[in-house]
This record gives sequence, C-alpha cells and structure tokens, in this order.
Amino acid sequence: MKAPLLAVEKLTKRFPVGGRSLLGAPRGWLEAVSEVSFTLERGQSLGLVGESGCGKSTTARTIIGLHHATSGSVKLDGVELTGLSRKAWLPHRRRVQMIFQDPYASLDPRQTVASILAEPLAIHGLAKPRERKLRALALLDAVGLNPRHVNRYPHEFSGGQRQRIGIARALALEPDILICDEPVSALDVSIQAQIINLLKDLQDRFELAYLFIAHDLAVVRHLCDEVCVMYLGRVVERASRTDLFDAPRHPYTRALLSAVPPAYPELEAERRRIVLEGDVPSPTKPPTGCAFHPRCPDRDRVPGNRCAAERPELAPRADGRVHACWLEPTRDAST
Amino acid sequence: MGVVLDVKDLVVRFDTHGGSLRAVDGVSFRLEEGETLGLVGESGSGKSVTNLALLGLIPSPPGSVESGSVMFDGRDLLRLPASELRKLRGNRISMIFQDPMTSLNPLLTVGRQLCEVLEIHKGLSRREAQRRAAQGLGDVGIPAPEERLDAYPHELSGGMRQRVMIAMALLCDPEVLIADEPTTALDVTIQAQILELLQDLQSAHGTAIVMITHDLGVVAGMADRVNVMYAGRIVESAPVRPLFRSPAHPYTSALLASIPRLAASPDEKLASIPGSPPDLADLPPGCAFGPRCPRVRDACRAAVPPLVSLADDAARHAACIDSEVLHAAAPAEGSR
Repeated sequence: MKAPLLAVEKLTKRFPVGGRSLLGAPRGWLEAVSEVSFTLERGQSLGLVGESGCGKSTTARTIIGLHHATSGSVKLDGVELTGLSRKAWLPHRRRVQMIFQDPYASLDPRQTVASILAEPLAIHGLAKPRERKLRALALLDAVGLNPRHVNRYPHEFSGGQRQRIGIARALALEPDILICDEPVSALDVSIQAQIINLLKDLQDRFELAYLFIAHDLAVVRHLCDEVCVMYLGRVVERASRTDLFDAPRHPYTRALLSAVPPAYPELEAERRRIVLEGDVPSPTKPPTGCAFHPRCPDRDRVPGNRCAAERPELAPRADGRVHACWLEPTRDAST
Repeated sequence: MGVVLDVKDLVVRFDTHGGSLRAVDGVSFRLEEGETLGLVGESGSGKSVTNLALLGLIPSPPGSVESGSVMFDGRDLLRLPASELRKLRGNRISMIFQDPMTSLNPLLTVGRQLCEVLEIHKGLSRREAQRRAAQGLGDVGIPAPEERLDAYPHELSGGMRQRVMIAMALLCDPEVLIADEPTTALDVTIQAQILELLQDLQSAHGTAIVMITHDLGVVAGMADRVNVMYAGRIVESAPVRPLFRSPAHPYTSALLASIPRLAASPDEKLASIPGSPPDLADLPPGCAFGPRCPRVRDACRAAVPPLVSLADDAARHAACIDSEVLHAAAPAEGSR
C-alpha cells in the first residue's frame, strides 16, 4: 500500500515550564500536544480547530520542524521527519510550506516583493537569478496581484494583498502541503472571502494539500474535507466535514458549533445555545480523566463518575464515528 | 421610548502624514432607552472613532472633533468641559474595549480598580465599595468574587478579564454602555458566555448598548437596529431583521454575501468584494464605495448620495441612488 502524503502518529510535544532546579531539571512540564494522529492526502484539506491554547498551532509547528517532537512520528511519503537535523530537513521543507496569520509581521519590511519571492528559490538553489524574477511575476499573477507591483515593499500593500504575497511566497517552492495557520482571521470580512476563494482556486489548480488551522468554524467548513477538533492538546473528535457539522458527536464539538452566531437574525431566535461553564483549564494542570469533564454539560449522563476517573481514547465508536467520549453514541444518534 | 443619546452631523478630522482626513464624516444616529444599536464596518470605517468622540476621547493632536453635537440628558457632550465629562464617563456612560489586558491597570488589583470607580463616582466608603465591587463581580458570573478582588489582571484568563471590564462598566448602573468589539479577542465559547451576560444585564437594568463590531454574527444575535459604516459615513441604517433580509445598500448586500456561515452551503463560492476599502486621505469622487460596487455608474461619481429613508419604510435609511431597487429586489419575508 502506498504511504499517505503526510502521516502524523501519536505526535506529542512537551515544553518545560517554571524554570529549572539547581540540577538543571525542569520544574514542570506543559504538554501542549498529546498523541495527535491523522493523515493527509494530496489535494485534500484537513482542518484543525479549537480554542486558544488547544495545541493546534503547536501541532503545525512541530510537523514542520519548528519544534522538536517529544515523541511520536511525522512521515512525509513514508519518510520519517522527526529527529532530523536542520540540514537533513532542508530538502523536505520545500514540500511543506506555511502561511501565517499576521500578514504584517510575516513579511520583511525591507525586502521588495521580488526579493521576498526569490529568496526561497535562492535558498533551495532552484532557479537561476534571472529566472527567479520571472517566477516571481508568475507567482504574483497566480495569487491575483498585479505583476507590475513586483518592486514594491510590503507597506505599500493592504492587509489582504500582503496575505496574497505570503501565499505566493509559500507557493514559490511548489510545495505539496500548505500549512495555513489562521490565514484569514486578521483580515476584514470582505477581504476574508477573497482569500478563502483564492485558497480554494489554488488547491484545485496545484493539487495542494492543506493543513488548515482556524478557530472560525464557518471558514473551516468552507475549506476542509475532514476536521479534527482539539481540546487541551488532544483530538477529541475526527470526522468528515459533513458528519462533523451536521451531526457532531463529542459534547465539546457540539458546544463549539452551537456557540457560533449564525449571522441570520431569524435563526438566532430559535437557536439552542450550549453555553459552557468556566474557562479552558491550564494545560500545566490538566483535569483528571477526560480533560473536558469539568465543563461538560453531559458528564452526568455517564454513570459512575467515569469521566473524572478515566480518559476516553480517540477511537471508532459503535456508530462508526471517531471521537473520545464515554457517552454511549446510540443514545443521541438522533440529535 | 426616550432617546438617551442623540448624535448629529458628527465630523472628526485627523491630521496624518498622508494628509488631513475625515475619519467620521457627518454621522447622525439616535440611541433609544434599553435598545442595542449595532455599529458595523471594516477597519477604517470610522466606527470606533465615532464612539471615542462620544466619550470625548479623541487624541488631540492629531485628531479633532470638527463639528456636530452629541446630546445626552439635555447637554452636548462635545462641548462639556473635561471635568464634567469625567463625572459622566464610567458613571452614566460606560465603555468596554476589545482588549481587557490593555484596558485594565496591570499594577493594581482588580478590587482596587473596581473600588476606585465607586469611591469617585458614588462617594462610597472603602468598605462599602469593597462590598459592592464583590457583588459586581458576582453579577457577571465570576466565582468566589471576594477572593478575586485581590487578584491582579494577569492572574485572570481573557474571558475573566473581560468580565471584570464589564463588571466595572456596570458598577454605576449606566444609562449607556458603549461596547467596542467586546468579544473579538475571545474564543467562541467564551464569546457566547459574554454575549449572554450582556443580554441578561441589559434586560435587568434597561441599559442602552452601542455595540461596535465587524462580526455580523454578533450583530445578528445582539442588535435591535444596525448602522453600517463605510469610509466614515453611515451607508445604511435599519432594524436588524429587515437589514439582513433585504439590504438596501450594495455594500451591506456584499458584506452579508461574503461571510462564511454554518447554515449556508459550504460548496458555494463566497461572494467577495473586489478591491479594498479606500484610503480616507484620498477618497474617490462621489460615493466612496463606487470603485468596488457592481452597480456603479456616472451618477454615483457625481455626488455623495445622502442617507435617506426608504419610500415604504421610514425606519430604514440607505445612502445609495439604487436603494429602492435593491430593497425591492431582495427576497420576500420568510426566505431568510
């Protein structure tokens, strides 16, 4: 069987916190990502959603080698990437590129667009200097910017245009996978739609695979085929877009979906909002058992205080769906 | 219902390196007792500057209120001396800002900051202020409020800090609450908590709320009426349901069509608005939305269309020469 394009298995990332003791050992650990697993195929989009601190960005950064994985594996076409040195990473990096949330902070203000777009080509020794300029022009055209503006600086562009430059830079190396970390959340509504449509067009054109990180569920629904919902470092539900949005299974997924304002005043009146109590707990002191249990509206439906005592694994359940909850799926398959 | 705040022809000017510009250009609206007025627009539309002007908080220089009036309880807020304005702010007119981390003082405990408000505006004793402050925190759903009084802002989560801000804003039972993107910095489940809290507090106290936001979802759920702003002007003003159902300005229609919604089909391409918002120092002639508008023609470039009421509905206003056509073309009642 052919290996998947990207296979992440039991990926875990811990950070030392609270300084170090006299002997140099960390005083505590924060597990930002715990045993996250998924696969991504060419031309597919996978969404990682969850609230601040759920580990979605750390997962992405660990996959791309910006953090060293504490354990677990990341395979690109069957080749293990964790534990590679910087140098050994280089040839793989051109295949996995990233675009960032803040188009103001992620472009060097002192470089022209031409040199921003040529730099990755130069680093990877992919084109002769003269060809690089031509490539830059073609890239600008591909992301819907005027190629005549190639000698301008980032500050001469609006936020949406800067995000297009960021996308063009990521595409310069003709990657297979684009990791998009909140690519539209800093943009105005009218510009958001432009970028979402652009990402969809580029995916069709170049058969890109997207790992799409976002807190905005409606955006994820527009762009992703499959979605992983994360809570406190773990995936609590993994499902196809249709399954997840039409029939969410995990109580956290349901609360998350119900919290999104529908933007239709008529629907607002009949909406059943599940308002969660309290805040996301600190990942330095995760709750026992299921990390969601202190806020879970359904915990009393599970007998014997099991949610507080034992952590449910992310696994296929009786209803054929993959989630991590003790609740018997058959009882609420209708909701 | 009485009008609590009456804004007329407000013009706010800023002097920038790019030239002098009008960040707010002739904005008029009324806020009625107990209602929520949504103020919607993208960056640079003038929605936040409008509200800073109401509170006398325009930084000068570079900004200045050029003309207009804001009547509150028989007095024009724009002409009140600073000392009089200070007596109103945080007392009868309160505000909540987007980022609770930068709007709370990091060096003072939550309790001190809350008590200060009560000691200054209500002349309460320290002990009485403590008691009221704890009660205020309890009202916004903060557990163990007495203990929280001793906490510093950094010891609280984002949602908790925003609750503290709301508690502080409501301590003196204000007639008007100005909420500038109160949930933008928060996660969606926390946003739901805060919006529900604001609604509960509003129905308990009858506070009139001006809700400034770029999030049409928040507006749909919270507002009774909505003003849509573009390039410093109100381009459409209407009660919330008719506005979402049959927008009468092309910018409003485009904005509504461009938001991804959970209730819409995910395979439809989002209708995006071409181009980007205009440079306020270099506005196009006539209607500022013209260059991005699918209906633009010569008449649009000749003059700025005034905000006028629709023929069949005096409660609705739009600033477009095509507003009657657009309004009539929109789907009928019931089809969302």
